[in-house]
Order: sequence, then structure tokens, then C-alpha cells
Amino acid sequence: MIDLFSDLFNDYTLRTVALGSALLGITAGSLGGFALLRRQSLLGDAISHAALPGIAIAFLITGSKAPLVLILGAGIAGWIGAALISIVTTRTRIKYDSALGIMLSVFFGFGLVLLTYIQRQPDANQAGLNSFLFGQAAALVEQDVFVIFVIGTLVLLFMMVFWKEFKLLSFDSDFIGTLGFPVRLLDHLLTTLFVIAIVIGLQTVGVVLMSAMIIAPGAAARQWTDRLGRMIILAGIFGAISGVGGAITSSLIPALPTGPTIVLIVSIIVMISLLFAPNRGLVFRKIRDWQAGKRLRVDAVLVDLYTLASQHASAEYPHSERVLDVMSTISGPARRTLKVLNDLELAKPIDSTHWSLTPEGVLRAERVIERQFGGGS
Amino acid sequence: MDYAIDIRDLTVAYREKPVLWDVDLQVPPGVLIAIVGPNGAGKTTLIKSSLGLVKAAAGSVLIHGRPYSEQRANVAYVPQRGSVDWDFPTNVLDVVTMGLYGRLGWFKRPGKAERIEALKSLAQVGMEEFTTRQISQLSGGQQQRVFLARALVQDARVYFMDEPFQGVDAITERAIVDLLQDLRKQGKTVAVVHHDLQTVPEYFDHVMLLNVRRIASGPVEEVFTEENLRTTYGGRVAFVSALSAANRT
Ligand SMILES: Nc1ncnc2c1ncn2[C@@H]1O[C@H](COP(=O)(O)OP(=O)(O)OP(=O)(O)O)[C@@H](O)[C@H]1O
Ligand SMILES: [Mg+2]
Repeated sequence: MIDLFSDLFNDYTLRTVALGSALLGITAGSLGGFALLRRQSLLGDAISHAALPGIAIAFLITGSKAPLVLILGAGIAGWIGAALISIVTTRTRIKYDSALGIMLSVFFGFGLVLLTYIQRQPDANQAGLNSFLFGQAAALVEQDVFVIFVIGTLVLLFMMVFWKEFKLLSFDSDFIGTLGFPVRLLDHLLTTLFVIAIVIGLQTVGVVLMSAMIIAPGAAARQWTDRLGRMIILAGIFGAISGVGGAITSSLIPALPTGPTIVLIVSIIVMISLLFAPNRGLVFRKIRDWQAGKRLRVDAVLVDLYTLASQHASAEYPHSERVLDVMSTISGPARRTLKVLNDLELAKPIDSTHWSLTPEGVLRAERVIERQFGGGS
Repeated sequence: MDYAIDIRDLTVAYREKPVLWDVDLQVPPGVLIAIVGPNGAGKTTLIKSSLGLVKAAAGSVLIHGRPYSEQRANVAYVPQRGSVDWDFPTNVLDVVTMGLYGRLGWFKRPGKAERIEALKSLAQVGMEEFTTRQISQLSGGQQQRVFLARALVQDARVYFMDEPFQGVDAITERAIVDLLQDLRKQGKTVAVVHHDLQTVPEYFDHVMLLNVRRIASGPVEEVFTEENLRTTYGGRVAFVSALSAANRT
């Protein structure tokens, strides 16, 4: 561990890799958060796959592997893919999910064909394009990180400048239209930022698994907060953590591609969020339901005891468990709940089978009855 | 005469199928008008195309004598409640503040002044206690009132509301009706898509009967007749006679 940290600060390659993947993680995570809210997560998958032929064509035309050239190619192809999906769904009877699937496989297949063709070329320069499939963070050099940094910062800047507009567009696109904002333009702008956030990650994460980098951080972040701003920031942080974690792990272990490693880490984050996030987490909900159920049972037995006792002179008049078992509106034997009542000092056992309310229990029972049947609001 | 809403020859088609055919509607200022018609009659489409959200094949829409595009600031819209995702991460105050985004213009963030205005219109709909409530934790009627507050904060002259009474209980319905009547008292014009024919005469001044074409529109006493309703809803006679029974009382 200490080795890793000293490496991180001293090892130039590792530092470059970590920085680059953190930046693309933040960008992909936060833009992915918006996509999630607009129900466009799968669009991200289609865009990243559609980018592959763009990368190949950019290389074929220019013969260069400069990051800016490949990103530009990927961006154009990804954008065309997104536009085609939108055109197909609005102009034909083909449904959105089918259009996504068609575009994804057609573009990706075409990209694979081109990639194979490039590999057959005698030119030695082609090496490395294959890393776009499953990602190779170790291949990141300073020039790549610089490009990711500049483009990523621009994307985030745009997102912040148009924050209010993007928020309303995502929540209620009809309403923002009636306010005089150009809906189509804003939609195109946000989609374009989304495409850019995707393509700058392709070299590191790979087209096949880039969608995890887009969908998962947002989905995890949504679990923890009910505020858009916090959700997007958290999605960025989760993206950065998984990006850096995946990149470093895969750089340290030879032949381990980066994409799958990132997916592994981001999956853990999602799992933890689904289970343990307050309010929305499964565990939290179970605990809350269980507590509510317990409180309900306690109240029911209290009221039963009170009702029975009210037929006698004293509200603390003891009654047998058997009667409570029969009477209780809650299923199951009353004994367990009576024990809880005893712990709370609301009821006490008179002998082995008879119970009576304590003065405090009487008060609480009266309050419960008041709340349920009296007053209202 | 200067109409608050003046729609002429409006024709809208999704693909080839016409949904609205040559529709005219004139509403004088300060009038509450109900837009009624069966499911799929084009009521939502009428509102959306008036607001430029759906492209019209033909026709014109004037608001207080000028094209809608010049009058946006004077028009507010309450969409159907089901048209948005209520699990969106935001709270009540935030949604109401969205009504002020148009006035704020590009890039400017809402501040304290906007917050105060939003709180005021939340109070108008009786939702001031829910300011920081996450919107997914609202009942249907409360969601509806949040949407109303968002429109109120726009302080428009003309309001278009799509089924504001959908899924609300009798008390909320009463509260919304009072609100509509307040708006009318201030001289505002409100067009409301409405499904409960029985309450049309009680709540509204004017009514428009729509089923792809405009069957009739005008003051309730003049056009809300059994014959017009029969034309609008087809031969659903039992339904229509139930209505005329309600009318007599
Ligand atoms: N986006 C769309 N694409 C294609 N057809 C549409 C679209 N929206 C509505 N329609 C069709 O247009 C017609 C009118 O729809 P509209 O929503 O305006 O009806 P409505 O009167 O509001 O109905 P409801 O009472 O059910 O709300 C319907 O036949 C509907 O199927
Ligand atoms: Mg409708």
C-alpha cells in the first residue's frame, strides 16, 4: 500500500494514468448522471459502440494516432449514431430500444471490420488501436491526459454554465419550451456534451464497457441524495474513484485490461449504494419497515390491554396472555411483544401469564388511541 | 374585440393522421373556459400546439392580439401531472422556482427574490409546509398543487392547464376551483382541460366542446347542450342523460 502511494507520487507513468482516468471519470460520471435522469443511459452504450468506426476511419484517413484526431473521429461517429437513433425513432415506427440495438450493432460491427482491415496492413503503426475495445489505461501518455484535461474541463464548464437550463430540460422539457428556451438546441447541446464525455474515455475504458462508466456512477449517486447538484457531484466522485482504481490496478497487473477492472470497482460502489444508502438503500428500508412493524405491534398490544382494563375499575387491571393472543389485531403470539413492553416499562408481568399496564403504559395507550381515532388533523 | 386567446384554423397532424382539424377558439379576457371532449379528442394537442410545443400544419394563435411567440411571458402552462418523472432529485420549492426561469433568462441563477416569490405562490396553493419536501414524497393532489404554484409564480395573463383536477380529492378540487376564481377576479384568462362534465356549469363561464373539430364554444348556458354533447361524445346516451340530470339541479 505504501509502495503504491509512493509510486503514485514518484512514478511518472502511474501519475499520468491516475490523473487522466480521474478526469475522464469525473466527466463521464457527471454527464452520465444527467443521462440517467433523462432515461438515456442506454444511449450512452450505443454512442460508445458507434464511436469505434469513427476511430478507425480517423486513423485510416490521417494515418495518425494523435489523441485529438482519434477523439474527433470517435466524436463524429458517436454523434452521427445518436442522431440516427433519434431520426429513426421519430420518422419510422421502429421503437427506441430497437433503434438503439440496431445502431449499436451496425456501427460496432462496421468498426470491428475496419479494425481487422487495419491490422492486416503491413504498416507497423497500427498497433494500439485494439486497446480501444477493452481499454488500456497503461497506454495513456502525457499528451492524452492533456487532451482529456482540456476537453473534460470544457465539458464540465458548459454543464455548469447551462446548469439551470439543463436541469429544467431534464425534468420537464415541455415546460422549458413554453418559457422560450430553445428546447431542441439545448437537447443537442447536452447530447453533444454527453458524446464528448464518452469519447474522451474510450482509449482508457474501451468502447465495450464505457457504458458502465456512464450509467453506474449516476445510479449509485442517486441512492445517496435527493438533490440534483449533490447527485451530479457525487457521480463525478464515484466516476473518478472507479477510473483511478481501475487504471492503477490494471497498470500494475500486466495484461489486465482497464475496462473490466473499472467495471468491477464501479459495480462494488453501486452494490454498496443499493444496499446501504440511507432512505433508498435496501438494508435501510428493511430496518425501517422492521422498526415500524415492531412499533405497530407494541401499540396494538398496548391498546388491547388498555381496552380490556377499561372494562374494570383500574386501567392497570391485569389480563392473561391468552386473551391478548386472541384479541390482538397483529398476527402471532403476544408474548414477544409483551416482553418488549416490559423492557420499555410500559407493562409488567403480574404472574407467569398475567400482565398489566404501568401508569406510563396507560398514558402511552391513551396517546395512541387519541392519535388513531380521535382528533385527526 | 380583443380576445385573450384567439385561435384560428388550427390544424395539427401527427404523421398523416389529423388530430385537430380547422379548429377556431375565441376566448374573451377574464374568462374561465373548460375544454372538454373524449379521450384522444385532441385537448392536450390543442394546448401544446397553442404553446408551440407541437408544430401546427396550419393556423394561427394570438394571445391578447399578438402572436404567441411575442407573448410567452404572459402565458403560463400547467402540464398533465403524469408528464414528468416525479422521482427527479429535486424538492418542492425548486420546482416552483422553475416558473421563474423564463424571467431570469439565460445563465442567471435563482436567488433570494425568486425564493420569496416561489414561497408566496406555494402559500397560495396551501403547500407552504412542504417547501423542502422531495417531490417523490408528495401525493397526487400535492403534486398537482406544486404544478399550479409553478404556473402562479409566472404571473401570466393567460393560463393553460391540462387536467388540473385529475386524481385530486374533493377538498383539493375545491381549493383549486377557488384559485381559478381568484385568477379570474384579477382579470386573468384560464383555459382548463376538464373531464368531469357535471361540474362544468358550476366551475366555468365558457366551455369548448372538442373532438378533432370544434363542436362548439362559448358561454356555458348557450353551448353546453345535450345535442352538442351528443355530437362530441358520440352516441353515449346514458352518459349524456346523466349529465342533463345534473344540469337540472
Ligand atoms: N406524440 C404523438 N404521436 C402520435 N400521435 C399522438 C401523439 N400524441 C397524441 N397523439 C394522438 O393524437 C390524438 C389526440 O391526443 P391528445 O393527447 O391531444 O388527446 P386528449 O384529448 O388530450 O386525450 P386525453 O383525454 O386522453 O388526455 C390521439 O389520438 C393520440 O393518439
Ligand atoms: Mg390529454
